[in-house]
Amino acid sequence: MTAKQDALVSPAMPPLATLYGRALTPNQRIPLNLDWVEEVRINTSAVERRAATIPSRRSVKKDWQAAWLLRAIACMDLTTLSGDDSADRVKRLCAKARRPLQDHIVKALGIEELHLQVGAVCVYHAFVETAVKALEGSGIPVAAVSTGFPAGLSPLETRVEEIRRSVAAGANEIDIVITRAHVFDGEWNALYDEIAAFKEACGPAHMKSILGTGDLLTLRNVARASWVAMMAGSDFIKTSTGKEATNATLPVSLVMVRAIRDYAERTGMAVGFKPAGGIKTAKQALDWMATMKDELGRPWLEPTLFRYGASSMLADIERQLHHHTTGRYSATHRHPIA
Amino acid sequence: MSTSIIEKFNSMDYGPAPEDATEVTRWLDAHHRTFGHYINGAFTTPGSQTFATHNPATGEHLATIANGTTADVDAAVAAARAALPAWQALTGHERARYLYALARQMQKHARRLAVLETLDNGKPIRESRDIDIPLVARHFYHHAGWAQLRDEEFPNYSPVGVVAQIIPWNFPLLMFAWKVAPALAAGCTIVIKPAEYTPLTAIAFAEIAHEIGLPPGVLNVIHGDGATGAALVNHPGIDKIAFTGSTEVGRLIRKATAATPKKLSLELGGKSPFIVFEDADLDSAVEGLVDGIWFNQGQVCCAGSRLLVQERVAERLYEKIRARMQTLRIGSPLDKSIDIGAIVDQVQYDRIQSLVATGIAEGATCHQPTTDLPARGLFYKPTLLTNVAPSATVAQQEIFGPVLVAMTFRTPVEAVELATNTTYGLAASIWSENINVTIDIAAQVKAGVVWINATNLFDAACGFGGYRESGYGREGGREGMYEYLEPAWLHEQFPPLATTPGEPSLASDTWVSTDPSVPAIDRTIKNYIGGKQTRPDSGYIYPIYARDGNLIGEAPLGNRKDIRNAVEAARNAASKWAKSTAHNRAQILYFIAENLMQRRAEIITKLSAFVGPDQAASELDSSIERTFTYAAWADKFDGTVHNPPARLITLAMKEAIGTIAILAPDHAPLLSLLSLILPAIAMGNAVVAIPSQSAATTVAELYQVFDTSDLPGGVINFVCGNPLELGKTLSEHDDVDAIWSFRDAAAAALVKASSVGNLKQVFTTHGAAIDWFNTQQAEGRWFLRHATQVKNIWIPYGE
Repeated sequence: MTAKQDALVSPAMPPLATLYGRALTPNQRIPLNLDWVEEVRINTSAVERRAATIPSRRSVKKDWQAAWLLRAIACMDLTTLSGDDSADRVKRLCAKARRPLQDHIVKALGIEELHLQVGAVCVYHAFVETAVKALEGSGIPVAAVSTGFPAGLSPLETRVEEIRRSVAAGANEIDIVITRAHVFDGEWNALYDEIAAFKEACGPAHMKSILGTGDLLTLRNVARASWVAMMAGSDFIKTSTGKEATNATLPVSLVMVRAIRDYAERTGMAVGFKPAGGIKTAKQALDWMATMKDELGRPWLEPTLFRYGASSMLADIERQLHHHTTGRYSATHRHPIA
Repeated sequence: MSTSIIEKFNSMDYGPAPEDATEVTRWLDAHHRTFGHYINGAFTTPGSQTFATHNPATGEHLATIANGTTADVDAAVAAARAALPAWQALTGHERARYLYALARQMQKHARRLAVLETLDNGKPIRESRDIDIPLVARHFYHHAGWAQLRDEEFPNYSPVGVVAQIIPWNFPLLMFAWKVAPALAAGCTIVIKPAEYTPLTAIAFAEIAHEIGLPPGVLNVIHGDGATGAALVNHPGIDKIAFTGSTEVGRLIRKATAATPKKLSLELGGKSPFIVFEDADLDSAVEGLVDGIWFNQGQVCCAGSRLLVQERVAERLYEKIRARMQTLRIGSPLDKSIDIGAIVDQVQYDRIQSLVATGIAEGATCHQPTTDLPARGLFYKPTLLTNVAPSATVAQQEIFGPVLVAMTFRTPVEAVELATNTTYGLAASIWSENINVTIDIAAQVKAGVVWINATNLFDAACGFGGYRESGYGREGGREGMYEYLEPAWLHEQFPPLATTPGEPSLASDTWVSTDPSVPAIDRTIKNYIGGKQTRPDSGYIYPIYARDGNLIGEAPLGNRKDIRNAVEAARNAASKWAKSTAHNRAQILYFIAENLMQRRAEIITKLSAFVGPDQAASELDSSIERTFTYAAWADKFDGTVHNPPARLITLAMKEAIGTIAILAPDHAPLLSLLSLILPAIAMGNAVVAIPSQSAATTVAELYQVFDTSDLPGGVINFVCGNPLELGKTLSEHDDVDAIWSFRDAAAAALVKASSVGNLKQVFTTHGAAIDWFNTQQAEGRWFLRHATQVKNIWIPYGE
């Protein structure tokens, strides 16, 4: 783990972030406040209009763009979550995680001293040990999707046990999925208890709560689920499993990020954000970072508070950086695959 | 490079993202940065009188422009006049082809036009690129359609002729499009004057129009300042003036054109409310403000500049606004990541600064972000003023800058009260997640455009324009087309209305039916105010004579105070009457017809004294029929639902104007009076009518009819007396919303000139006679349109 990630799980820590000049500490479970859930007001059309202007309001060019794309790599949970995953496939991914860019690009950018690597590697429980081993000495955390991912419909004990086993296997981060039905039914207590139980099972591991926003369908549901997940102690809230019909979108992200902001203002605690699924291009990576920067500020561009769930985005970023350093457009096959 | 990328990786600043201006620079240089007018299909060579246009972000001199002289104006108007017959002779389809070509060209030249606009005006390239220019193209597409459909959709209407258009600097090309597209589609020819701060995109447009072969003289672009504008406004060769700009100048134009039949539409200032209820999506409301008061540096006539927020959430909203102001990026407008560009000119900058200083001096708390401003250029920080009382200067005056003033309210009633506590009425933005609240408030605010949970949405299909001192006339959609069309009969024949009633006929008619041996019971005819017969304040009466010269009786001699009382009665009745159902109003109109029928013989007898028995009978029967017509219309002159290209609907609601003053003509005194009153009340207006002075006793029968027809008191008021004198008082009255003068040209000129106080709408033929017996001329949509104003309510939907 890097020093920053150590800070996440250490009990006496410096502020994780600041918001409007106020120091924020890492999130900890607080009692469920149903008023905050009920008070949620989301106007879908207005959110969509705002989201639509994010890509057109912000443009990052030249060296700044290169720097931002490097930042995207640093905040990336390089992920493989397929039925046909194998140990070798996971090892390959870990190798890429350690060395996300070809040496000639690193050199051309003059960023050797950054020792750039991805934010984490994200796999199924079955491959946690493989990944931990493959990443040994790199400081790159291993994240495991858990709790009956992606549907989250196995028995509660099984789901909790799954977390324990992943943590025991060496996972530093656990991406849990919530029971979507609790949201549809407005069973906020049940949702809170479930997430709190997961968090407890995580122990020192860092927990990201996947809301399955594509299943929740309405932005109001997304916001309410975000609030419950934060009060139940999530370190991150995360959009999607990547398996829903719709995954991370800017409107959904905007709603979750605004919830994080209001939560920080109310509690003095910082929650991270992870958009996942469907973010495939370098341009999209820039849009999401602009969202984080404008809505929450610079601290939310650190891997401690911001991650992308991505598998194919790295390839596009690498091609863009290749273009940046050479002036020539590149082809995917010229870059080592993950 | 190396350290620098790591530094940037750590700082995560945006860095510069400049839009390339090379093409535009090349275009300017190719013209030696000197431009003339575009008159009769050719660009003039600037003479000795010129002015300069600058980039407000840098102070850089962009170009030297010819300053229009009276000779230039003469030449441009002459060219437009000469081009008119051939342009009108084209088929709608042929005109549509030109408009379609212009739409296409706007898209092809989109980037160049956007960059040019940003250089000249200082607005962020994002706005010119993503909002202004796409809306320009959309406007031409939409109006290519109206050109194609004009004959089908506007039968019996003709283009007004040569139009003068004067546009502001805040949306130079967009306002150009809003003006030019409907005029061309209607078949008018144009002389347009862009604002002197921002002449360049109009020049680029003229070049493009030239390239697509728009016939010479159809579009003339003339540059200059207020003096050029005045020369254009006062030019006798102009049939219509369309002006967008300040209320001040709007007043001057109204006054300057009062004595002429020139048609006029005004799109003026605003101090539009932005109302946030406690159950609103506050974060989205904040973004609404970004798109509202911080759009185009706040230099937007419809900007939501008065924030009205429900007390319970006020502090929270202010915090969110302050935080958001901090992330707005201010700087080079050509930078693609800039939210706020430069103020258009030093004059405007100074005005903003001085108004904010006044606001602070009057007790407001000023909030601004700590953002650094560029070292040079006219940049002004986004500003929030709290602790602002409704009486504060900054709460009343339009600032036209990125300055938001905030006030709180407790209840929806108070929100409406604050929202409407202004002389303006352009736009309103309403934020609440409760649809009941939003629609209820939308119906109550005085504004031509209402956005629900949104702001500053525009579309060519949806009319735009104001209530009250924000002007009259609409731009866009069907409503906008009517600004450039007139009833064909009115346009073709223009017989002046006789100043005095026709010669009394010498033939003795058989109207006298009373027994001369017994004296009739003396009858006292009074004014009719608030549903009561009221003695004139003056205590005087004047004699009424039959056309054979016999004394018929006396009419009350009304004065200013009677007008004051009548307007007050009308105001009290107006809101209830407007809220009554259209069905209810129809019922009352039918009842009036029924009661006119009951008194048919009596009314004909009385009226015969003035017009003879044949016309009297004909007037009465036509009146009954006309009453049926408007009873029929009451629940059928519906609004429309527009479908702009987004997930929302726009309800174009036809609303009553309020209190309408009517100066009835002498000709056909009963029928003409009713022909004017009926459409007004059918649409929910209250009326103060001045009947024909010479036939004023006619009102006695009418008010008895009204009294027995369940008409609420105050909906119709009569004050008898001298129409010019009373008309002047009425048109000067700030609580009268419209004045209809169907008397001679002198009366029309008088009411127009004295309407400037509150810029009330004036409806007049400027002395052209109407045949009140001809249903084509004297009843129907033309009157109903003037009895209503369109409020476009934008309702986004989606969960």
